[in-house]
This record gives sequence, C-alpha cells and structure tokens, in this order.
Amino acid sequence: MTDFLINNSGLVTFGVLMILGYIAGSMAEKKHYASIKKRESEMVEMPVVNIKKACVDSDVQKSTLVTGSAVISIDYFKRFLAILRNLFGGRVRSYESLVDRARREAILRMKENALKKNADLVINFRLETSAIGKSANKKGQVGSIEALAYGTAVTLRKV
Amino acid sequence: MLITNVENVPGKVIVEHFGIVQGSTVRAKNVGRDIMASLKNLIGGELKGYTELLNEARRESLDRMEEQAKTMGANAVVNVRFATSSVAQGASELFAYGTAVRLESE
Repeated sequence: MTDFLINNSGLVTFGVLMILGYIAGSMAEKKHYASIKKRESEMVEMPVVNIKKACVDSDVQKSTLVTGSAVISIDYFKRFLAILRNLFGGRVRSYESLVDRARREAILRMKENALKKNADLVINFRLETSAIGKSANKKGQVGSIEALAYGTAVTLRKV
Repeated sequence: MLITNVENVPGKVIVEHFGIVQGSTVRAKNVGRDIMASLKNLIGGELKGYTELLNEARRESLDRMEEQAKTMGANAVVNVRFATSSVAQGASELFAYGTAVRLESE
C-alpha cells in the first residue's frame, strides 16, 4: 500500500486535489448561490436598466458613477471536467456557473454601492468580463475571471 | 467632480466640451497574494485579494482621469467607460476614459 503511494505520488496528489476541489468547490458554490439569491430578493426593488433615459430629467436630484466587481475562480475538479469537455465539445456547464456567479455578484455589489448613496435607480448599466491571473495569457486556460458592473446611480427628487 | 457614464447629466446642461480624458494604471499582485490565489484556485470561489487589488487600481485610474479633467477646467466627466486587459503575466491594466465637460444647472 505504502509502496503504491510512493510510486504513484503524482497520481495520488492529483486524486487528492480532485476530491478536495470537488467537495470544497461544490460546497462553496452552493453557499455562494444561496447568498446571491437571498441578496437578490432583498434588493429586487432597486431597478437597474441599461438605457440612458429611464426617468424624467427634471426629477433627478443627483447622479454619480457606481461600480461593483468580483473575481471568481474555478475549482480543480471543474477545470478538469472542462478540459475533458474540450475533447468532445458542447456546453461547458462548469464554466457557465463560474461566469454566472461572477456577474451576479458584481451586479449585487454595484447595487449595494448604489443603495449606500441613497440612489433610487441605476441607469446606463454596463457589464464587462475579463480573464485575469497567471493563466490569462495562456490559450485554453481560464483560471479566474473578473466581472465588472458599472452604471450611473440616480437619486430622484422626493415630492 | 461629477462622474457618470451617461452622455448628459440629467438636470444639467453641458456648456463646454474639453475632449477625452483618461486614466490608467498597471498593477501586479504581490507574491503573497499570488500564492494565496493559486491555493484558492484549487477549491474555487472568490479571490478576495484580487478583487481588492482591482478595486484599488480602478479607483486609482478614476482619480487620474479626474485629475486630468480638473487641469482642463472641467467640472464633470461624462460617458465614462472601463476596460481591463492583462498586459503581462501576473499584471493587469485598468483603464478608464470619458469626456470632460463643464456643466451648468438649467
């Protein structure tokens, strides 16, 4: 048994990382999604639109730029799944959830910032995504992604 | 200084245009953060160090843009856009640009 472990240390490390990635990764993702859903329902009354003229100009009291960003990385297990998926093609579900989480988190943070500034709505909303980290320049390797959400927070005049 | 990403500030009129202003900064993570991030890469999830770093860098590029607008005599920057790109391994550039204008209330 010990001989096997020593002779195949590379394989063992790989197996351990896979299991660790799977367990910790899926737990973290579940927790993150639960928190995203909770905060989304809390802030559902804050409208975010990507058009420029969403309110009457004369009602506007104050407007300012708000941003929110999040860097999310994928776990070892899912990265391996994605590499396998690359052989056959098709939907890469493990990356879909990564991108989705980063974007929703970024939007939530932007909304939080807007709420802090007592804004009533966010207009001209934009969303940007970029790959960062060591592997960003290597082809076919997405280590982690950054989502940036920004827009103009508008405070309306109270009648 | 008023900064928005719409073309005209609601409730105000643009009386003067100064053209494009921009601010950018290239940031590299420190080794400690890099090691933490590569560990976190195994289990996935948010890389708080990187989020923080990018936020700082973005504020820096906004500040530089503001400074440039101020020297032109503008009191607002409208139509602001952000761009991120990784220049070299482990370093990324944060870039903000917009149009410097002078506003007056209607």
